[in-house]
Amino acid sequence: MIHAIRAILRRGFELIERPFDYLFGASLNPLKQLGALGFFFFWVVAVSGIYLFIFFDTGIERAYQSVEYLTNDHWYHAGVMRSLHRYASDLMVVMVLTHLLREFAYDHYRGARWFSWFTGLPIIWLLYTSGITGYWLVWDKLAHYVAIVSSELLDWLPIFGEPIARNFISTGTLTSRFFTLMVFMHVAVPLILLFIMWVHIIRISRPKVNPPRMLAGLTLAALIAVSLWKPAVSQGHVDMAKVSTELGLDWLYLPLYPLVDLWGKGGVWAFLLAFSVMLGLMPWLPPLRRAKAAEVFLDHCNGCGRCVEDCPYEAIRMVKRTDALPFPTQAQVNPSLCVACGICAGACPSSTPFRRTEDLVTGIDLPEYPIRLLRERTVAMSSTLSGPARVLVLACDHGGAARRKEQTVHVPCVAMVPPSLIDFILSRNLADGVVVAGCSESACFNRLGGDWTEQRFAGERDPYLRARVPRERIATVWTSKLAVSQTEASIAAFTDKIAALPPAKLRSPLPPSIRILEQGADETQAAGGQQKAEAPND
Amino acid sequence: MTNPLRTAGQFVVILALFMAVAAFSNWPVYRQNPQGSAVVMLTFVHGADRQAECRRLTPAEIAKLPPNMRRVQECPRGRRSLEVELDIGGKTVYRASLPPSGIAGDGPSKVYERFVWPAGEYDIAVRMRDSPRREGFDYMRSEHVKLAPDQLLVIDFNPQGREFVFR
Repeated sequence: MIHAIRAILRRGFELIERPFDYLFGASLNPLKQLGALGFFFFWVVAVSGIYLFIFFDTGIERAYQSVEYLTNDHWYHAGVMRSLHRYASDLMVVMVLTHLLREFAYDHYRGARWFSWFTGLPIIWLLYTSGITGYWLVWDKLAHYVAIVSSELLDWLPIFGEPIARNFISTGTLTSRFFTLMVFMHVAVPLILLFIMWVHIIRISRPKVNPPRMLAGLTLAALIAVSLWKPAVSQGHVDMAKVSTELGLDWLYLPLYPLVDLWGKGGVWAFLLAFSVMLGLMPWLPPLRRAKAAEVFLDHCNGCGRCVEDCPYEAIRMVKRTDALPFPTQAQVNPSLCVACGICAGACPSSTPFRRTEDLVTGIDLPEYPIRLLRERTVAMSSTLSGPARVLVLACDHGGAARRKEQTVHVPCVAMVPPSLIDFILSRNLADGVVVAGCSESACFNRLGGDWTEQRFAGERDPYLRARVPRERIATVWTSKLAVSQTEASIAAFTDKIAALPPAKLRSPLPPSIRILEQGADETQAAGGQQKAEAPND
Repeated sequence: MTNPLRTAGQFVVILALFMAVAAFSNWPVYRQNPQGSAVVMLTFVHGADRQAECRRLTPAEIAKLPPNMRRVQECPRGRRSLEVELDIGGKTVYRASLPPSGIAGDGPSKVYERFVWPAGEYDIAVRMRDSPRREGFDYMRSEHVKLAPDQLLVIDFNPQGREFVFR
């Protein structure tokens, strides 16, 4: 059931993202910047809120009058700020809910990712509390309605002695101190929200908390335009002797309020409880899949720290050396944070397939899919290639080539592929060209795999792809899981391009140990036994 | 597409999305109550009499108590339930036995009920019993009220004056 919902949502997201990718490009696509835009809107709300506070007056009459004053008499700055405050808050809700749905659709909430998912839950509660307290401050008819229904909901809980809602049904029961309390709430709750937002991203490395400048500029310009087009206004002063039959409701912040009339207060609380419990438990609902965490092999770790640099989940840290090797530090994996993407193995300088060791062991590796197995599968798959252009595809499990069978070696993430493997494939004449096919741009399942791969190939990030490797024989394809035909078309076009190229000059014979790999594992071991560990030649 | 055109296209798309969000921030209008209706709200907080009268302890009972806790009479903490009725236009719309609040049942009873009613003229009567009596009510008030559309009529109980208040 959950799987089906997720599949439908994912399809929906990918269909929407494609035209956005076309118009914005992957790096500016707002759907791939939801978290960063959420932060951006928070800061817009914070700055505009501070500005509005200069004009706001706490008091039963003065609250409404001050809001009217800044809206009407000073519409060109304070009024615009009010609209920015309102619409940025609304957009923050949109970003948070879309972000939630997208992370669910892309299965980004289980395993080590449970922490970010779980801490997202209080963000939703705090965001709504911030918004609702904001609506009270205006003290217009909508504020009256919000005050009554909110307090009726709170009164349903067996906490308060006297119904709080009684304060809002007749004059004389409410004092100006109430507004002081609400101002305090409206400042304190967003501050707690900001703290939880920080906790939310604390376990991931290089979180995107700022959208690209271009996107931020366009967003701010559009916000200002909307604020001028439809300024946020009050809905008339509160008359406690009257009920407002018609209200312009903010359906983003107050969708549950009409439900109080339909379901009753108990029904709404039951819904909120069920929603929160279900959301909170989702990371642990079956099917539980968790690959074994990466493992460090100290004999092959020189403490260079590249794995720490590249890990997208802060799962690795450098600690003091515990063995006799002459290096000050060694890598240490925190299994509870590791998602087994293999990016660390791809970053390790020991992960070179050129090594003629008895059994290829690297500094940090995946127990269920070691670099040794990746080399074996690459060599084995290369033997099936034929034709004028032998193209080998190295595909991640989450991109457009995820379901590919022929000519393809699969990896959890393309950044698990050490650049030396590309060199190995081409120099050992295992293929005429290599396609690295990953998730669509800026939407890497493992967050940074696509970026790291591009940077390694471009020589901007360790470990570099050697300069001797002919770049025209390498292609990167960044497509979503749904874009199968686009992926196939890219691979076909690359194959045609390779067929037209003259024979590659970078050729060196396959060492005997690797040749034997093709003949079977038993023979490999036998052959490897004759060749004791040698220093890596890459 | 040239860069300025592309940027303009991006802006238009973002603007359209934000306009939709801004519209949804006020629209569609929500109608809480039917047009031409008023709300009668019965709400008050009042503690009923204790469940039993205070009883003078016998000398033997006093002697049994620890010296620092000796007292001459015993008063049970628990309160009775309030019996409340409300009639609108000759029809009883609310009849309830309201238990006391608090874990020990010694707090006041509370009521907060809302009745959406078509605007018009009505006889409204409210009755409450807070004593041990079994029949009749201790407090009553009846009024002929003209309910205007959107009016909120609050029926409260003034504990100082010990009377119902219509406002």
